[in-house]
Amino acid sequence: MTIGNHMLHLLVVLFAAVFTDNILLARFLGMCSFLSVSRQVKTAVGLGFAVVFVMTFTTALDWLAYKYILQPYAIEYFRFILFIIIIAAFVQFIEMAIERYSPVLYQNLGIFLPLITVNCAILGASLFMVIRDYNLAEGIVFGLGSGLGWMLAIVAMAGIREKLNNARIPKGLQGPGITLIIAGLMALAFIGFTGVLSG
Amino acid sequence: MIPSNKTKDVVLTALWDDNPVFRQILGICSALAVTNLVLNTMVMGAAVVFTTALSGLTVSLLRKWTPRVIRMMVEVLVIAFYVILFDQALKAYWPDMSRNLGPYVGLIITNCIIMGRAEAFANTNPPLLSFVDGLFSGLGYATVLLCVAVVRELLGMGSLLGMPMPFFSSPLWDRWIIMVMPPGAFFTLAVIVWLARTIQVEKDTKKETKS
Repeated sequence: MTIGNHMLHLLVVLFAAVFTDNILLARFLGMCSFLSVSRQVKTAVGLGFAVVFVMTFTTALDWLAYKYILQPYAIEYFRFILFIIIIAAFVQFIEMAIERYSPVLYQNLGIFLPLITVNCAILGASLFMVIRDYNLAEGIVFGLGSGLGWMLAIVAMAGIREKLNNARIPKGLQGPGITLIIAGLMALAFIGFTGVLSG
Repeated sequence: MIPSNKTKDVVLTALWDDNPVFRQILGICSALAVTNLVLNTMVMGAAVVFTTALSGLTVSLLRKWTPRVIRMMVEVLVIAFYVILFDQALKAYWPDMSRNLGPYVGLIITNCIIMGRAEAFANTNPPLLSFVDGLFSGLGYATVLLCVAVVRELLGMGSLLGMPMPFFSSPLWDRWIIMVMPPGAFFTLAVIVWLARTIQVEKDTKKETKS
């Protein structure tokens, strides 16, 4: 494969991860924080950035661990435990590093970091990467794209929900109900991107 | 023996009052992804029931020997242990299903429900009661999943468990392909949550007018 071809292929992986195969709207991962932290655009952006950052690095780390620790010993079934430990350790490490070197960033991003350990989208991205047999470059690009796609979805949702504050919604539908319906409409819109890749 | 009315309380709370999906909207990540076919959903439901019940039992058995500071770690490891068991068994005996479910069986580990039950119940209650609580929390979750799956497969494919249904598979019924695609999951769950909450709101207002 030439370098140009290779770049194009990576671009396709990125585009698919952000739009056509959005980890939240098509794969339903990271719903818990999506529903609970999407009330304000500002917090949604903060959490979104944290997810992009962590996801990009953990997919890379998980890929290396899978390739050089799990596969040589044929203990792939330990991946669930190992990936969780890597994610938790990475988040913890980043939290300490940010706190030490950039207090401003820590104030903005710090509170979101613990939330991320339990975000199933992070673990999900790594598991998808293993199932699809990506190489390291594809894995990193896929992690980045999945993070960006997740961020796009939560920021868009927060924008819509801010406008909804003045709407009169039936009592039973308030909160999660209406959020799920909006998410459904967004998923419908994102399906429209499918044509871009196949066409 | 555990007193039977306490068990009944635990069962009812787990199934309705604290139903993880209706009331707390927790752990729906994996709920939505596998509900396009009823069969997939039943296997996924079985996996969740298996994990919640047995991890509840194990966490409760270990609770006296677990130092408080590392209890979360222990809980995660216990849950991961059962998930790996289920995942490996599925891979060995039913590889097609294992491929269908993809990463979602593994993602049960990060399902907040299981961790939540371990943390909120199994940590402070005797083993048998924790087992019952886990069992019915899992069943409550699986029931909601099944409701979503039945609606989606019936409207989207005109079948249930792969068997064509009368009327819905006939030419009279235009299949709603959208129901088996991702948006269908959101819409179906939204309507079910709406129904459950409306019933609950009515119950609450009745209680208020009485007292």
